[in-house]
Amino acid sequence: MIALPRLHLLLLILGSASLCLRAQETVRIGEFASLTGKEAAFGQSSHKGTVLAIEKLNAGGGLLGRKVELFTEDNQSKPGESTTAVRKLISRNKIVALLGEVASSRSLEAAPIAQGAHIPMVSPSSTNPEVTQRGPYIFRVCFIDPFQGAVLAKFAFNSLHAHRVGVLSSVSSAYSVGLAKYFAEPYVAAGGVIAIAQKYSEGDKDFKAQLTAIRAAGVDAIFVPGYYTEAALIAKQARELGLTIPLFGGDGWEAPQLLEIGGTAVEGCYYSTHYSPEDPAPLVQQFVQAFQARWGGEMPDAMAALGYDSALMLADAIKRAGSTDGARIRDALAATKGFAGVTGTTSMDADRNASKAAVIVVIKDGRFQFLESVAP
Amino acid sequence: MPKAHLALCAALAVCFGGWWFSDRIDPYLLDVITGVGINIILAVSLNLVNGYTGQFSLGHAGFMAIGAYLSGACTIFLGPHLLGPDGGNGWSQGTLFLGALLVGGLCASVAGLLIGVPSLRLKGDYLALVTLGFGEIIRVIFQNTESLGGALGLSPIPAYTNIFWTYGFVALAVFVVVCLTRSTYGRGFLATRDDEIAAEAIGLDTTRYKIVAFVIGAFFAGVAGGLYGHFKQSIYPTGFDFTKSIEIVVMVILGGMGNTLGVILAAILLTALPEMLRPIAEYRMVLYSFLLIVLMLARPQGLFNFRWRGAKSVV
Amino acid sequence: MIEFLQQLLNGLSLGAIYALIALGYTMVYGVLRFINFAHSDVFMVGAFVGYYLGRCVPAGTFWGASVVLVGAMASCAVLGMTIERLAYRPLRGAPTLNVLITAIGVSLLLEYSGQVFFGAAPRSFPPVVPSAQLSLGGLVLSSNQLVVILGTAALMWALRLVVLRTRIGMAMRAVSLNPQAARLVGVNNDIIISFTFGLGSALAGAGGVLYAINYPSIDPLMGVMPGLKAFVCAVLGGIGNIPGAALGGLILGTTETFVGGSSWSTYKDAIAFAVLILILLLRPGGLLGRPTIEKV
Repeated sequence: MIALPRLHLLLLILGSASLCLRAQETVRIGEFASLTGKEAAFGQSSHKGTVLAIEKLNAGGGLLGRKVELFTEDNQSKPGESTTAVRKLISRNKIVALLGEVASSRSLEAAPIAQGAHIPMVSPSSTNPEVTQRGPYIFRVCFIDPFQGAVLAKFAFNSLHAHRVGVLSSVSSAYSVGLAKYFAEPYVAAGGVIAIAQKYSEGDKDFKAQLTAIRAAGVDAIFVPGYYTEAALIAKQARELGLTIPLFGGDGWEAPQLLEIGGTAVEGCYYSTHYSPEDPAPLVQQFVQAFQARWGGEMPDAMAALGYDSALMLADAIKRAGSTDGARIRDALAATKGFAGVTGTTSMDADRNASKAAVIVVIKDGRFQFLESVAP
Repeated sequence: MPKAHLALCAALAVCFGGWWFSDRIDPYLLDVITGVGINIILAVSLNLVNGYTGQFSLGHAGFMAIGAYLSGACTIFLGPHLLGPDGGNGWSQGTLFLGALLVGGLCASVAGLLIGVPSLRLKGDYLALVTLGFGEIIRVIFQNTESLGGALGLSPIPAYTNIFWTYGFVALAVFVVVCLTRSTYGRGFLATRDDEIAAEAIGLDTTRYKIVAFVIGAFFAGVAGGLYGHFKQSIYPTGFDFTKSIEIVVMVILGGMGNTLGVILAAILLTALPEMLRPIAEYRMVLYSFLLIVLMLARPQGLFNFRWRGAKSVV
Repeated sequence: MIEFLQQLLNGLSLGAIYALIALGYTMVYGVLRFINFAHSDVFMVGAFVGYYLGRCVPAGTFWGASVVLVGAMASCAVLGMTIERLAYRPLRGAPTLNVLITAIGVSLLLEYSGQVFFGAAPRSFPPVVPSAQLSLGGLVLSSNQLVVILGTAALMWALRLVVLRTRIGMAMRAVSLNPQAARLVGVNNDIIISFTFGLGSALAGAGGVLYAINYPSIDPLMGVMPGLKAFVCAVLGGIGNIPGAALGGLILGTTETFVGGSSWSTYKDAIAFAVLILILLLRPGGLLGRPTIEKV
C-alpha cells in the first residue's frame, strides 16, 4: 500500500519528462481517486483497474495512433481536495478527459469544475443520481441508486419474503442516505413495511443500541445500506444479540474485509453489486486473469472492474470521436450503445447514466457467491 | 485619513486590480492563491482568540461551518428570488454575495457569543475541550439538517468567490485585528492572556475582552467559511471537523501566537507547501504533527516570531 | 422491559471500556495537572499490538489471550513512558499551553503515522477469546461483553490495590497532593511520574485489547472518539478521582446507549459533548470531586 504512491511519483516524473520531450504527442487522461485515507481501499481498487486498462490500450497501439498517458491525483478521501486536484489536472497536466470518482460526494465536488472547463468526466462507480445532473459533460459507467434501491426492494420482498424490514443507515455518508431513500420508496410501494429506521455515523463501532431497538420491532430482515467497515460489525453484533434474520445491503459492502471482520456473522447475507468475478463470460474471465497477473494474484472487485470499464469506455468514445476535442468526445460518450464491458453491456441513457444489470451476491461458505442477475 | 484606513483602501484597490487581470493567470495557481487567502483569514481570526487573548479554542472549524452553510443557503435559496430569472448582472450578484457573506459572518459571531459566554470560567485544557465539543456539536447538527443537505452536503453553490472578494476580506480582517490590538482593547486582550487574575484585580473587565475576541474571531471565520463554500462549490459536514480546526491551530502556532505577520506567513507556507509536496501528500499530517512537537520543544514562540520576548513561552 | 435491560447491559459494557480509558486520563491529571491528549492513541497502539500478537497465538485459548493482553499492556507502558520522557519532561516547568499543544502533536503523530504504516483501512482483530451467547429470558449476553466487564473490574481493583496498598502508590498520591512536599520527603518525582504514565498507558493498552475483542475492527483513528468520551467520563466523575472515572464511565455509557437506541440516535456523539459542557458549567469539580482553591 505504501509502494503505490511512489509508483505515481514515478509515473508523474516519467509523464512530465515525456511531456517535455514530445509535447502534445500523447493522449492525456486524468484520474482523481482516494488513494490514501479512509476510503483508500475503494480508490486503490479502482485505480488498479484503470491502470490495467490504460496499459492494455498502450499495448494495443494506443489511441488515435498516440500513446495514452494517465495522470493520477490523490484526494486523500478528504472533502475539498478533489476540486484542487482536478483543477491541477486540467490546467497543469492539460488532460482531455477525466476519470473519477468512486464516492458520489467527491464526484459531486469535481463535476462543476470539469463541466465548466468542458472536460468530459466519467465516474466509475458513483451511484448517487445527482452526479450526472451537474452537466452534460458528466457521465458514469455504473447504475444509479434509484435502480439499485428498486432491485434490492424487489429482492427483499420477493426472494427473501421479508415483508417487515428494519433499516440501519449511516447519517454521515451521502451514499447511505441516498440508497436508504431509494430503497424505501419502491419497497413500501410493493407492500412492504419499514418497521423501524435507525441511524449510525461512520466510524461508529457499537451498534448494539440500535440493533436492540430493531430486535424489539420484530422484523424479517435488516437493510444496511452502508459501507463494509460498519456492515461487518453490524452483522456480528446482530448475531451477538441473538438475531438470526438475514441482513442485506448495496455495493458498499463489497470488500474482502467484510468477510474477515464479519466472519460467520455474514453467512447468509446478501448485497447488490455491479459484477461478479465468477461470471463465466470470457470477457470477465480474461479480465480477472489479466488483473491477477498484473497485481500479484489479487482478485478484482467491483471497483476494479468499474475502473477498468470506465477507462475503456472513454477510450472507445475517443476512438469514435476521432479527436481529443472535449465536445466531440462528449458527443461520442453520449452516443455509447452496447459497449461490452466487464461489468455488463453498457449503454448511455438520456441522463448519461448506464443502463445495465445488477448482480445479487450471497455470502456462503466464507465466499462471495453469485446468486442472480437483475436486468433493468 | 488615518494611515491604517489609507492602507486599507490601497489594499482594496490592489485586490480589485488583481481580480481584473485574474483571467490571465493559470486557473490552478488561482485556485491555490484563493485557498491561501481563505486560510489567512482563518488563521488571523483564530490568532485573535488564541494568540492575543490566550483563549485556546479548538472549535474554529465550527464557526467556519456556520458561515459556509448559512451563506451558501442564502445564495442558493434566496438567490433565484433576488436575482431574477436571468441570474442578474455582476453588480447584483456581487451585492447578493456580500450580503450572504455578512449573514454567514453574523450568524457565526452569534455562535461565538454563545460559546464565549460559558467558556468564561474555563481555563486551558478545559476550554480547549469544550470548544472542541462545540465544534463537534455544530458538525453533528449540520449533518442532521436535511434542508441543508445533511450528509449529502450543500451543493451546487454558485462560484462567486474570486481574488477581489477573498483578498478584500483578508485586508479587512488584518485591518480590524491590527487596529484592535493596537488600541486599548489590545491591551485588554494581552492583559487577559498574561495574567487574568491580576487583570481583574486592577479592574479590567476580562469577560468583555474574551467575548469580543470570540465574537470577532468567529465573524471572520464565518466570512472565510462563506468564501470557502462559494469557492469549492460544495460543502460537507465532515470537512469542518476537528482535523480542520487543528490545521488552523498549527498555522497560528507556527506563526507565533499573537504575531499577526508571522501567522500570515505561516498560513501562506502551510497552504502552498502541501500543493508543492503533492507526491508525498499522505505524509503531510505526519510532518505537521512532528513539526508541532519539535516547535514546542525547541522554539515555542513560533517560526516567524522575530521579536525575542525573553523567556521561552508560547505567548 | 427486556429491551430496557438489554440496553442497560449494552451500556454497562460500553461504559466499562470508557472507564478503563478514563482511569489513565485521571491518573495523569492527578500527578501532572494536564490532559494527556495522546492517551487515546496509546489505546489504539494497544489494539494493534494485540492484533499482531493475536495472529501468533492460537485462537480461543486462555494462555493465548493472556499473552495478548499482557503484551499489549507492557508495550503501551513502554510507549507511555517514552512519550513522557521525550515530549513532556523537557516541558516540565513550561506554561500548560505548551504542554497541551505538544500533547496534541504527539496524538496526531501517532494517528497519522499509524495511517501510513498500517494503512487507513480497518483490520479484523483475531478472535483471541471464544465467542458465545448466553440467553436469559429475552436477554442476550455475549461472552465478549462479559469479558470486558469482568476484565475492567479486575483491572480497576488491581489499580486500587496498587494506589492504596503499596509504597509506590503512596508516593503517587503524595506527588498528586503536593509535588514539592513530596520531593522534600525523599520521593523521586521523575520516577513516580514515569511510573504513573506507564501504569495509565498500560491500562489504555488493556482497554484497547478489550475494545478490539468486542468490536473486532481496528484502524489507526479508532481511539479518537472513545478517547474524547473517556475524557468526558473522567471529568464527569471528577478528574483526579479514580472511583469517579468508573462512575463517569458507567453514566456516560448507559446514557449514550439509551440515546443510541432511541429515535435521536444520530445525536449520540453530541451527547458526550453536551454532558461535558453541562458538567463544566454546573459542577466543574465533577460528581465525586471537590472544588479546588486556586491560590494567587
